[in-house]
Amino acid sequence: MWTEVRGLRDDIDYGTPPRDGEPVPVTVDGVGVTVPEGSSVMLAAAEAGCPVPKLCATDTLESFGSCRVCLVEIEGQRGYPASCTTLVAPDMVVTTQSKKLTKLRKGVMELYLSDFPESEIPGGWSEFHETLEAIGLNGHRYGEGRNHFDLRVDDSNPYFLFDPAKCIVCSRCVRACEEIQGTFALTIQARGFESKVAASQDETFMESECVSCGACVQACPSHALVEKSLFPGGYERA
Amino acid sequence: MPSAENPGMPEVACKVFVPRDTTARSMGADDVAAAIAVEAARRGESVTVVRNGSRGLYWLEPMIEVASGGVRHAYGPVQGSDVPSLFDAGFLAAGEHGLGLGPTEEIPYLARQSRLTFARVGITDPLLLEDYRALGGYEGLAKAIRLSREEIVDIVTESGLRGRGGAAFPTGIKWRTVLNAEGSQKYVTCNADEGDSGTFADRMVMESDPFVVIEGMTIAGLAVGATMGYIYLRAEYPLAIRIMNEAIEIAEAAGLLGDDVMDSGQAFHLEVREAAGAYICGEETSMLESLEGKRGMIRYRPPLPAIKGLFGAPTIVNNVITLASVPIILAEGAEYYRDYGTGRSRGTLTVQLAGNIKRGGLVEIGFGRPLRELLEDFGGGTATGRPIRAVQAGGPLGAYIHPSQFDAPLDYEAFAEFGGMIGHGGLVVFDDTVDMGEQARFAMEFCAIESCGKCTPCRIGAVRGVEVIDRILSGVDESDNLLLLRDLCDTMVAGSLCALGGMAPFPVISVLDHFSEDLRARKIQ
Ligand SMILES: Cc1cc2nc3c(=O)[nH]c(=O)nc-3n(C[C@H](O)[C@H](O)[C@H](O)COP(=O)(O)O)c2cc1C
Ligand code: SF4
Ligand code: SF4
Ligand code: FES
Repeated sequence: MWTEVRGLRDDIDYGTPPRDGEPVPVTVDGVGVTVPEGSSVMLAAAEAGCPVPKLCATDTLESFGSCRVCLVEIEGQRGYPASCTTLVAPDMVVTTQSKKLTKLRKGVMELYLSDFPESEIPGGWSEFHETLEAIGLNGHRYGEGRNHFDLRVDDSNPYFLFDPAKCIVCSRCVRACEEIQGTFALTIQARGFESKVAASQDETFMESECVSCGACVQACPSHALVEKSLFPGGYERA
Repeated sequence: MPSAENPGMPEVACKVFVPRDTTARSMGADDVAAAIAVEAARRGESVTVVRNGSRGLYWLEPMIEVASGGVRHAYGPVQGSDVPSLFDAGFLAAGEHGLGLGPTEEIPYLARQSRLTFARVGITDPLLLEDYRALGGYEGLAKAIRLSREEIVDIVTESGLRGRGGAAFPTGIKWRTVLNAEGSQKYVTCNADEGDSGTFADRMVMESDPFVVIEGMTIAGLAVGATMGYIYLRAEYPLAIRIMNEAIEIAEAAGLLGDDVMDSGQAFHLEVREAAGAYICGEETSMLESLEGKRGMIRYRPPLPAIKGLFGAPTIVNNVITLASVPIILAEGAEYYRDYGTGRSRGTLTVQLAGNIKRGGLVEIGFGRPLRELLEDFGGGTATGRPIRAVQAGGPLGAYIHPSQFDAPLDYEAFAEFGGMIGHGGLVVFDDTVDMGEQARFAMEFCAIESCGKCTPCRIGAVRGVEVIDRILSGVDESDNLLLLRDLCDTMVAGSLCALGGMAPFPVISVLDHFSEDLRARKIQ
């Protein structure tokens, strides 16, 4: 079942879904590409061979703009727009790599790391880990602080488990449940630092309206939602 | 005023004005009103107590007024216990009393203002439509009805009016975007969530002159072809909610709202919606989500609300003061309004003086006057009499202004030059006992508490900000942590999805830049 879901995805993740508008020419890091109107800057960058780091975007879901690692520079625009939520415009000139952007992305990833179990950083192979590697970061300067490390693992579902300590609150699972499966089993509960993924009314996955389709697991970039079959000896946070 | 036929009896009931504004009431205005009625009855004097709005001279509240010889005379601050002595002093005929303030309009604090948006505020009973009209109300709408949509938008554009809710975006440009956007249904929404610390201008105008808000919104509706408007009103303002609702009913009954506004053949309906009670719900996209009945989460832009706003339809989102400024612009013309102000900041700003200030209240004044004038000439310095150490302008996300910057003119661009913000016009004053390290910490804590949690720089960053400042204040790796704090501020400013995370670092940066002596290890007490 999950292989089918996985089959929906190409090898390259363009970050945002394809569009079929009129062709729009843009330049990304000096490379000219033409993409359909309505496409994101992120998609154009991937098309140009200059993929932008991303965490909350994936091309099976509509963009959301929450992780802020995909920031770019666009000529004539102030600040650092998120490439996943910014649409292309004719003759737009985009820069995906600069000293400032590197510093910003590191700054954001450092914040993620400050609330990610340290033991889970080395050896990981999730998208989150790939992004860390792409950005060149493996630690943070924040010391010990508030975190989500002692939230309980939910292993009620026979096929997958949810480890909230590794959740980066990107909402991909919530959106996958809605957009791909059409079920509304998942939500983000509470606000601010307390925000967390909840199944139905904060029930366990098994008790919730979850239909075990696996779309959320497929969507999760940090292995917070992960197949149990990967842990034949049972799951224990490293 | 005994009359010939009825010696000893007053000819007409004397009018005494006692504000019904929330601030005045919190200072005892209801007691004063009751005491006046009781005392008048006891003395057999015929007195009508009119519950007007507040003039906004808050340090004088409850400030009562009498009309004598066609001139209003003020007394304040009055307590219930002062009432017998006021009668003894013949206050009904403007007699002298220790609390006497002279003719109201001559009180320098008021006389030196340019009240355009607040022209009627505090003068009459806010719910008397005939008084509103007698004082120039509905002249703006009457004019607008005779104009084309484009012409209304042109006038607002030419007036130079910019949004008073925070971002100072040109109102005419926003309206034009909505006017030109495709859509059979369009909306006008009024942001009355007023969440900034030390601000009360929105509440004041809604409590004291509700029809001006209705008229402004109706003009906005005509201008863009919207037939429905919503006022998203802070739930902590029960009186404003009641008064706005009553005013809407009165306007409907008078044909000023409804299917055929002022016989123009155009419809405009208005509803008040109680806000959800979170600071973030004042941010426009979050407000729209909340109006739609959802959780107040930030939407990314574009699309702008002007193009895809409420229920996906083109929507005007404007602050209360912005909308309340529109009627006078239509009535008197764009020139009249833009003659006030300076540079790209045209018209008047409604400054709200709060915090540790001797004369707190509302000061409406043309842009361009130096901040110092507000703090010293109007405000009279601190209430404690100590020197001013810092002023926070523009709400909890605004920079702390150092006394060396007090000569800056009130002007959006001039403030931006030193990293400051005028925002909604609130000025919160602190004396030299303030601990700026704590203030910096508070900015991050506020952001952590109010964060919607959608984006990472704010969701995690604000919590880390508090922790890093705590480490600095307790002397742990001070210089490393100061550097980290700068980096964090930078990440939040450049990376956040909305202005809460994007601006919460401003007060922190201002402390790092100008009050760094307070951001260092504390001696243990
Ligand atoms: C966190 C946050 C809170 C805000 N709160 C308010 C508010 O309470 N009232 C308001 O008018 N604008 C508020 N704003 C500004 C609005 O997003 C928006 O700019 C404004 O309502 C537009 O109206 P204007 O153009 O008339 O100023 C807030 C913005 C942010 C980022
Ligand atoms: S469980 Fe995974 S997909 Fe869902 S919010 Fe957390 S990190 Fe994102
Ligand atoms: S900056 Fe804060 S409040 Fe704004 S979207 Fe991000 S998390 Fe939400
Ligand atoms: S990928 Fe663009 S904000 Fe997350």
